[in-house]
Amino acid sequence: MTNIQTNGVTQSVRPLEPQPAAIVVGASSGIGAALVKELAKRGYRVGALARREDKLDELVAGIKGQTLVKAIPHDVTDYEAIPDVFSQLVDELGGLDLIIYAAGVMPNVGPEEYDFEKDRQQVEINLLGAMGWLNLAARRFQITKSGTIIGIGSVAGDRGRKGNPAYHTTKGALATYLESLRNRLADSNVQVTTIKPGFIDTAMLDGVEGTFWVISPERAAELILNAAEKKRQIAYVPFQWRFVMLIIKYIPSFIFRKLSV
Amino acid sequence: MPTLKPELPDDHLEYVEAWGRASGSVAHVFRPSTIDELKKNFKLAQETGRTIGFRGGGNSYGDAFGNRENMVLDLSRLNRITDWNPETGIIKVEPGVTVEQLWRYVLADGWWPPVVTGTAKTTVGGCAAMNTHGKNGFVMGTFGDHITEFEMLMANGRKKVCNREKNSELFHAAIGGFGMFGCFTSLTMQLKKIYSGHLEVEGCSRPNLASAMSWFDENRDGADYLVGWLDSTAKGSGFGRGEMHKARYLQPGEDPAPARTLSLQAQAIPDSIMGIIPKSSMWFYMGFFFNNFGMKMVNTGKYVAARMLTGEKGKKYQQPHAAYHFLLDYVPGWKWGYGRGGLIQYQTFFPKKTAEDAFAALLKLNQERRMPNYLTVVKRHKPSDFLVSYSPDGYSMAMDFRITRHNREAVSRMARAMDEIVVKHHGQFYFAKDSTLRPDIAQQTMGTEKVAEVIRLKKKYDSKFFFQTDLWNRVFAPLAKK
Repeated sequence: MTNIQTNGVTQSVRPLEPQPAAIVVGASSGIGAALVKELAKRGYRVGALARREDKLDELVAGIKGQTLVKAIPHDVTDYEAIPDVFSQLVDELGGLDLIIYAAGVMPNVGPEEYDFEKDRQQVEINLLGAMGWLNLAARRFQITKSGTIIGIGSVAGDRGRKGNPAYHTTKGALATYLESLRNRLADSNVQVTTIKPGFIDTAMLDGVEGTFWVISPERAAELILNAAEKKRQIAYVPFQWRFVMLIIKYIPSFIFRKLSV
Repeated sequence: MPTLKPELPDDHLEYVEAWGRASGSVAHVFRPSTIDELKKNFKLAQETGRTIGFRGGGNSYGDAFGNRENMVLDLSRLNRITDWNPETGIIKVEPGVTVEQLWRYVLADGWWPPVVTGTAKTTVGGCAAMNTHGKNGFVMGTFGDHITEFEMLMANGRKKVCNREKNSELFHAAIGGFGMFGCFTSLTMQLKKIYSGHLEVEGCSRPNLASAMSWFDENRDGADYLVGWLDSTAKGSGFGRGEMHKARYLQPGEDPAPARTLSLQAQAIPDSIMGIIPKSSMWFYMGFFFNNFGMKMVNTGKYVAARMLTGEKGKKYQQPHAAYHFLLDYVPGWKWGYGRGGLIQYQTFFPKKTAEDAFAALLKLNQERRMPNYLTVVKRHKPSDFLVSYSPDGYSMAMDFRITRHNREAVSRMARAMDEIVVKHHGQFYFAKDSTLRPDIAQQTMGTEKVAEVIRLKKKYDSKFFFQTDLWNRVFAPLAKK
């Protein structure tokens, strides 16, 4: 493939010093980019995918150290291309131990706006892309009886709020899809972790008001990988959100719709 | 994306685990049962841009039969015995025939494989590719010494017949060449005539390393097999103490009823211990001892028992061949006792002169780092004339180390320290056991010229590097690139 980028590190895998391999889908910025850096720091061989080639260049160039990083420009809505890119990347990395689906969009939607194009874009990127990628990983992990799948959902998936119906829908559906994968793969020694981030200091937060407990994407990346390592099924990042969402989940609808949450 | 490799369907994907269970990789595993199918697998690999690695019985401790994300051809279904002459003891087999299949086939005619591994689950193809050894290396050499001819399927799809006269360069490279030159499709071997199904075994104990080592040369005359076990946990005056076993074939007339001892029934390994404890669950109970404290008890207990039962002078008894040779099959699944992390073996070969110092240094290092090896076995060897030879006129020591989730790094560091001892004492490594060798150490122990010759012949017989394994990629690929 002509447009595959690599930091040029070559390394052989030694039996006692395994270098696990990870793929991050949606790595151009925000949590995805931070995850790539954190994985490299932890000794993973990383395959990074994102739509924006210039961002990938920047990312690969910025990673120092001994770990191999490969990057391929890819649009997750190009569903037909996914199997080829997946097998190419797994081949180049020499295996696959972890896959993280971090691609997601959240366009601004006004209170009286019902824009099908915006909704469709979110469903395609936040949900269908995840199915395209994670199905392939799930099948492989089921056969090889090992592996970890991480899906980046959102606290927004726990309730259908007023703000952006499609966003809440996709994140809620993603959580359900991941739960199904988890149950399906339980006998195959495969770990599936659903991450529900609160406010992370990324471009997605630009223009959003009333934020609190904001953490950096780097910190979020650490917490996400720690949660998967500890074999968490669902992890709120940062963890305080767990308590907030526990309450929010059980607020009756007739009250919920009157609140400005 | 025009340069993409054509996709290989994932229905043959498997996790290929090292025998020691400490590592593994995922590959497309195919199990051809005919030579035609084997050729088709070659073609499929070429069409999809994959490399091929071979797997026999899958008893290599490390990554010798793994081939990450590429193809692994498991040859265990190519297991036909195609010709047998009970007069001459010459047998022709396909590569997937196991040592067990072999000895069971020829025993009643009064023959035995001249060199056998500690488990009978290995295949003839695998033994030839790794050029394995047994407890009789000092007299019978290696497995390859008894192969008279083989046929090999080369990367270009052609067959080559090799023996010591014809294609002798390839003959000497492919035996011990760990599957890097081609695929054995047929092997012809000369077996050893025996006159009884029993061996005369003599066990004795030795109180320290020097005396354990000198035991070998004191006893080699008249012995057909010599093997020593060392108590790796003993310190002070008992450092390097052990239990030694020598054995010899019975001569014609010594066994009053050879037809009886040469029967399969007489060779059956019992499936319970003392007639009551079923061996199929033994590994579970062994697990309680696979830790530093438990192993101290086991090692000490074994030595004390040997000392009491046989003493330094020794005690003679008769034992069936199978029970004597295939100790690793004695307790089925014993490796599971090591737990999830499995084990690795670190086996090194030293010339006579340096062996004792080297063994002492290695055992001391293990003790100092509180990572004693759990099973230490010493054997005596003689040189072989194959390209990738590992045995000098000297001794080998095999050490088993338990691997856990937490000690990988520490064991790995210790292996590096052991490597230094090996280099300093002119030691050698053996690929069927290896998990830790690095390219620079391979170059130092094998010698620059030997490595260059391996790479030259690899390029000559497999110019596109069609045959690869994780072992090749770990140790030789970086050297081939230079």
